[in-house]
Amino acid sequence: MTESAHEALPRRLTVFLVDDHAMFRAGVRAELGAHVDVVGEASTVGEAVSRIAATLPDVVLLDVHMPEGGGRAVLDAMRKSHPQVRFLALSVSDAAEDVIGLIRAGARGYVTKTISPDELAAAIRRVADGDAVFSPRLAGFVLDAFASRPDVPIADPELDQLTNREREVLRLLARGYAYKEIAKELYISIKTVETHVSNVLRKLQMSNRYELSRWAADRRLV
Amino acid sequence: MGVEPREDPITAAPHPPPRRLYRPRDHRIVSGVASGLARHLGLPVLAVRVGFVVLLGFNGLGLMLYAAFWAVLPLEHPTGEPRARRDWAALLPFAAIGAGVVLLESLVFKDRVDGTAGWLVAVIAVGAGVIWHQSDPARRGHWADNAARLPWMSAVVAESERRSFLFRFIGGGVLVAVGIIGVVAVYAPTGSTFSSVINGVLFALVGLVGVGVVVAPLVWRTFGQLRSEREGRIREQERAELAAMIHDQVLHTLALIQRNSTDIKEVQRLARGQERSLRSWLYKPTASPTEKFGAALEQAAAEVEDTYAITVETVVVGDTDCDERVAALVAASREAMVNAARHAGVQTVSLYAEVEADELSVFVRDRGAGFDLDGVEESRHGVRGSIIGRMKRHGGRAEIRSAPGDGTEVRLTLPAKEGVTVSKEAAK
Repeated sequence: MTESAHEALPRRLTVFLVDDHAMFRAGVRAELGAHVDVVGEASTVGEAVSRIAATLPDVVLLDVHMPEGGGRAVLDAMRKSHPQVRFLALSVSDAAEDVIGLIRAGARGYVTKTISPDELAAAIRRVADGDAVFSPRLAGFVLDAFASRPDVPIADPELDQLTNREREVLRLLARGYAYKEIAKELYISIKTVETHVSNVLRKLQMSNRYELSRWAADRRLV
Repeated sequence: MGVEPREDPITAAPHPPPRRLYRPRDHRIVSGVASGLARHLGLPVLAVRVGFVVLLGFNGLGLMLYAAFWAVLPLEHPTGEPRARRDWAALLPFAAIGAGVVLLESLVFKDRVDGTAGWLVAVIAVGAGVIWHQSDPARRGHWADNAARLPWMSAVVAESERRSFLFRFIGGGVLVAVGIIGVVAVYAPTGSTFSSVINGVLFALVGLVGVGVVVAPLVWRTFGQLRSEREGRIREQERAELAAMIHDQVLHTLALIQRNSTDIKEVQRLARGQERSLRSWLYKPTASPTEKFGAALEQAAAEVEDTYAITVETVVVGDTDCDERVAALVAASREAMVNAARHAGVQTVSLYAEVEADELSVFVRDRGAGFDLDGVEESRHGVRGSIIGRMKRHGGRAEIRSAPGDGTEVRLTLPAKEGVTVSKEAAK
């Protein structure tokens, strides 16, 4: 009985760290050790690309700012050839263009480096399950990017707009609500919340609207 | 941690490639001179071609010019890069055409060979000068790089390019001479027929071009030096500013942290404040808290963070200008944050603000102790006066949702239009 229960436990996720700061990698490795298996680390884009291909982890924690193109370059090199590997951006950067840029390139979510170990472990699990992870700040950026601007033509109305429900979910995320609380607030199931969030991510990654990355770049110059 | 030297957004933005004059590989009838010129000048190709044909009437000037352009214009490179190296082979078709023209003219107008030979010399000299000039930018860039690293090099390099200087000088000199001789020889004897006037003017132009060939690179280089000097000064200034900021803030904070390393609360407070100011310095467009809603809200959040040693996770979507009502909204938000910091007993408070076309809304949420609304509201001045009352006075609304153990959320909304408010304020 106990044995079968043991087997039913989900297997430990394999995680790969990409960050050019050894101190930070060591810290994350120590914090995550109890939750997941850290199967590898890389400090440069080239190293990351070859070692991720070799270790095939479930989730890659990806830093935004690194020499030689940063997390964006790793994503561009890996997305096509290894679609089963999921990427979670883990950055100290607060700049909208960094965050949106990485998400647009295919990362499944974005969390800041000040996140607590438990929350990080939860985010990794969620990403591994195919869900999207939005920090309140990312939700804010996305709302900002999709805010209606009448002067720009909409290329694909289906993709280039958020539904009211999606907007509602993002707002609650930005307000600091957890999925469970969002579900309660909107009288929907947690599964539905996850679906909405995943749809937003998909729209973000595929939408042409306003050339989102350009939007993000412009935003700093305002 | 994790803050790499970031590309300056202004230089990182894709520049349009500099407009260079090329002979395109496509759209060409003979060698692409006309279409290249047309593209560069933004004229219809046909007009340029007609222009060349019309110029043929002046001693075959159109053909000369065409040949000259053919010789000196680089062929557009497949990758879009110009050929940087000097290509003397390009002179060949040009010389051949020149010789052909001389031959032709000597056959057709047997008496005008002298003038044509002068033309030929002039055009070849111009061509040579232009080729020299065109091949130059790459090397100029090279000099500039060297000069940036070794300031003393620039003077040496500028002086040591004797060969090209001589070449330029002689080429230009020849042009000037040809120009002068042309003016004197053509203009003087025949007096005032139309074609001789035209020829005089043309030879004068040749002379001017000669002067230009001699002087232009010098002028260009001087401008280049001035420019790089100015860029250097700006870089230096930016570096100094960054150094001052790091010295004033980061180093002082680190020193304080070392001295207070046993007081965890204080260390956290210092680190948080420092992180915030570094962040806003690195990433945020600067705005004055008295002018912009977002900046005012962030400042309020920062004050609460510093005073109560908590983290306020701030997300602001959209922005608007500050006025009295918006300031009241910020003040009410601040009060809500203070309440959360003092009573909730948590380390993190979420602050979310959104600016919509018709409404401004602010949400302050914590996951702390929470309280029973009915129990406290009568006695608590902060909630009643500073939040609910203040919002009401300015035409807005405040809603507080809280339950013991479930945290608290304060929702503040303010209509964007001022209509209702003004009348209310006036009625008071």
